[in-house]
Amino acid sequence: MAFDYDKWIRPGKLPHIWCPGCGHGIVMKGLIRAMDTLQLKKEETAVVSGIGCASRLPGYIDCCTLHTAHGRAAAFATGVKMARPEMNVILVGGDGDGTAIGGNHFIHACRRNIDMTYIIMNNYIYGMTGGQFSPCTPTGHKASTTPYGNPDPGFDIAKLAIGAGATFVARGTAFHANQIDKLIVEAIQHKGFSVVEILDDCPTTYGRRNKFKSVIEMMNRLKEVAVPVKAAEKMTAEQLQGKVLTGVLYKDETKPEYIVEYAKVIERAQAVKK
Amino acid sequence: MEKTLPKIEIIEKYCKGCHICVEFCPKDVLEMKGFYASVKNLEACIKCMQCELRCPDFAIKVITE
Repeated sequence: MAFDYDKWIRPGKLPHIWCPGCGHGIVMKGLIRAMDTLQLKKEETAVVSGIGCASRLPGYIDCCTLHTAHGRAAAFATGVKMARPEMNVILVGGDGDGTAIGGNHFIHACRRNIDMTYIIMNNYIYGMTGGQFSPCTPTGHKASTTPYGNPDPGFDIAKLAIGAGATFVARGTAFHANQIDKLIVEAIQHKGFSVVEILDDCPTTYGRRNKFKSVIEMMNRLKEVAVPVKAAEKMTAEQLQGKVLTGVLYKDETKPEYIVEYAKVIERAQAVKK
Repeated sequence: MEKTLPKIEIIEKYCKGCHICVEFCPKDVLEMKGFYASVKNLEACIKCMQCELRCPDFAIKVITE
């Protein structure tokens, strides 16, 4: 039976603003399926975003949503979670929003290990502002501000998150649409800061400049580069050259969660007062 | 057992003509008719739901009983 997305979408908001073939729509469907699987209550779910194409997502979803300053989704979401610890806080954003302009907020949210889920849609570029290169643009690829190729090496968001202290890190792609909701379900269920990086396609500002002839070619590229973690164990370093691991990359359930730790601080402080 | 055919509903208001559904349909059920996707050969549909799953624009619904 067809999945009923309509119950999670604000009436009259579709069609969305994303370009033809943009993977953000596929990720949004994955998020909706995940929220539906977990039977989250709309009044107890907050979707928080910064600025950018991907950050337009909360505008379409019918639950508590917050569209904040550029890169500051993690800061606002931390506030929401601290004030209302019972809420399920989900952050969404792009690679530029999350790792460049909000890079500092991102790593410190990872370090704190506060119980939130961050879905980063990595389309390798700043789409909304006109195709400037982002920290995730691969070396040599073209953007509107690097017309002769980008000299910088790109970020590996998953490794960055693991290094910064996130306790659940997973990666999926817009091509593997079936996997997205499963990763997000696992991330929301995890107690602690969870990062789900979804490799995405931006046909308008990234594909056009980097000789991708169509959306289909971009989708097939995602299919080619993705290697599931289990399959990668049997592959040699040579075979893994240029590939990207997908699936659950890191999970640590031993690290203390921030809300729990902060409650202890409150308890200690109140004990002193008496 | 007789094969029951699904109903493939395409909402043209939402369709942006990205070709994803047409290309990733394993049975070549869909085609582009002008700007929008449309059903070409419903008989071949195996209800794999790939088009519904992949459509970024919420424009396809595969209704099975």
